[in-house]
Amino acid sequence: MRSSAWTWGASAALLVALPLVFRSGFAMSLFCQAGIVAIFALSYNMLLGQTGLLSFGHAVYYGLGALFTIHALNFAAAGWHLPVTLMPLVGAIAGLAFGIVLGYITTRRAGTTFAMISLGVGEMVAACSLMFPGFFGGEAGISANRTLGEPFLGITFGPQIQMYYLVAAWLLLATAAMYALTRTPLGRMANAVRDNPQRAQFVGYDPQWVRFMMVALSGFFAGLAGGLAALNYEIVSSESLSAYTSGLVLLATYLGGIRVFAGPIAGAIAVTLMQTVLASLTTAWPFYFGLVFLATVLFVPGGIAGIVLLHKRLWEMRLARRAAPVYARMALPVALVLVAGVLMVEMAYRASAGVSLRLAGWLLDTRSTGTWIAVVASFVAACLLCRWAWRGARPRWAEVSAAIGDAR
Amino acid sequence: MELALASLLNGVTYGLLLFMLSSGLTLIFSMMGVLNFAHASFYMLGAYFGYVISTRVGFFPALILAPLAVGAIGAAVERFGLRRAHASGHVSELLFTFGLAIVIEEVVHVIWGKTPVPYRVPASLDGPLFTLYSSTFPTYKAFMMAVSVAMLAALYAGLTRTRAGLVIRAALSRPDMVEALGHNVPRVFMLVFGGGTALAALAGVIGGNAFITEPGMAAALGPIVFVVVVVGGLGSLAGAFIASLAIGIVQTFAVSLDYSIHGMSLSRVAPVLPYLIMVAMLIARPRGLMGTRES
Repeated sequence: MRSSAWTWGASAALLVALPLVFRSGFAMSLFCQAGIVAIFALSYNMLLGQTGLLSFGHAVYYGLGALFTIHALNFAAAGWHLPVTLMPLVGAIAGLAFGIVLGYITTRRAGTTFAMISLGVGEMVAACSLMFPGFFGGEAGISANRTLGEPFLGITFGPQIQMYYLVAAWLLLATAAMYALTRTPLGRMANAVRDNPQRAQFVGYDPQWVRFMMVALSGFFAGLAGGLAALNYEIVSSESLSAYTSGLVLLATYLGGIRVFAGPIAGAIAVTLMQTVLASLTTAWPFYFGLVFLATVLFVPGGIAGIVLLHKRLWEMRLARRAAPVYARMALPVALVLVAGVLMVEMAYRASAGVSLRLAGWLLDTRSTGTWIAVVASFVAACLLCRWAWRGARPRWAEVSAAIGDAR
Repeated sequence: MELALASLLNGVTYGLLLFMLSSGLTLIFSMMGVLNFAHASFYMLGAYFGYVISTRVGFFPALILAPLAVGAIGAAVERFGLRRAHASGHVSELLFTFGLAIVIEEVVHVIWGKTPVPYRVPASLDGPLFTLYSSTFPTYKAFMMAVSVAMLAALYAGLTRTRAGLVIRAALSRPDMVEALGHNVPRVFMLVFGGGTALAALAGVIGGNAFITEPGMAAALGPIVFVVVVVGGLGSLAGAFIASLAIGIVQTFAVSLDYSIHGMSLSRVAPVLPYLIMVAMLIARPRGLMGTRES
């Protein structure tokens, strides 16, 4: 209990201190974006990680939350009395309402069917957004102004830093609420329904009811994230409830790790960094994004949180010294594979745009067959080297992971 | 009357194309329990491969070669990707195919660009076949129907009349027993996955030039195919067939009819119709038309 109080205190202190260290406007908008995605991803993990429901349409609640908030903002500008601080609650309530309605339909089935139905319902709402451009804003979107009403204690939400503290406060509140939910009987039953619906039923709970409750509540938090997004960007377009956004939150959550409560937060930070920093470096970022996701599914199903936990355990069990040679052996081959792979992808993107790759004074001609053969050959060679190195390292790694397994 | 008949023919053509996709998806799902999210991406690959081969070699060779090439890619995906993801459960498999769909779309962007490619109906199949009242029915639509029906018949005969079909159907219900009898079940799975993706690619070769070949085609058709499979009942080929035709016809009629309800024309509602059908089906009969499984 003490340690968890420490964790919450440290998180709050970190959120307060961040803008004091990173003052630039870019950092500020990055933090806001990451915070919003973190709430969204945590709400998604209520389904995927805690209830075992894979949804392909979670953006519906986020997008509708954002839309209702932006309309509320415009109504407030026309004379409604609702403080901007509480505006995200409008989105949250909209998310909850749609979670109740759509959850009733989607949770009639579980497992793979739920995934397909959630996709269908998501597409249905996205298609509706083209039918009613007045409410949904169409592709141009609906814009609003968040600086309205009399300033309260000098807070107008004009400067980005004030918006940051609003996002941070809601992030802390929402995270605490979602964490508390995992400790309630409903949260526990959600885990039971995920692991074995039949036995959950024998205990006396209706799995369908538990799933429905979780979908509705996660709709609430997704709507909250949407509401914050509406305030932050001051514009909502039909993209916010599209399949793209649904895919993004799935990627962020899984990348962060679905078995650990805080995993999706790490995923949200990673995805935000990829979307901003990586996207400013290369046009190939969606490709890398897809590859990173595939690699996570195949090789690291625990995600970022899983990697962190593994190393924490290695450290605690004093196995770090035994694991170190594996890392030393694999570092160079893996780095070579990455370098050659990135080179190959960048060349392909350059070739597609019809330009050559300029690299620290070198000029790689993307149209010459010779360059291509050299690059592909070095990639294959790096892969073979990596495989050879792994063959040698595998017994030792198996030893280490067996030692961790024994301790469990 | 004239409009209704023309719409019906168009709807059946579209429905048969949907069935070529949903049959592969159903086959893969009922055999391996894997919902292939990237199924429409293989359809897209089929269309692009068909475009490349038909411009270099000719359309009719493309009809054979493109599905074979895509089927080989599908088999490789199963062997080196899905099989590994299988170890950590169905959710991982589904997520793997989801990631695969993203990567395939990006690869298509890089190789063929973001704009549609000029994939056209071959000259020998261009032009009207017969005239119905005053509107003409294109030869190519009839060709599409013929190919889909032939494929259907071949699939049915292959599954029910051949020894390989027997093993596949046996592996469907009792994989352990089939393995004990000396059959290589993982290889059967690989072949089924390759076969399913090849069917999707065949649909792409004949559908790509009838509609449009562009990087967004997978994302546009994928959800519809899922709707077909849910409405038809997961794992049921017959259900998928009925649902494909029904949704194909309903959508074509909605686009061509010029009714308007409360100032909203029916053609604007058309994109939502399949999903509304799905929701109605889920409320009335959650297992789908011919489904037997509860989840």
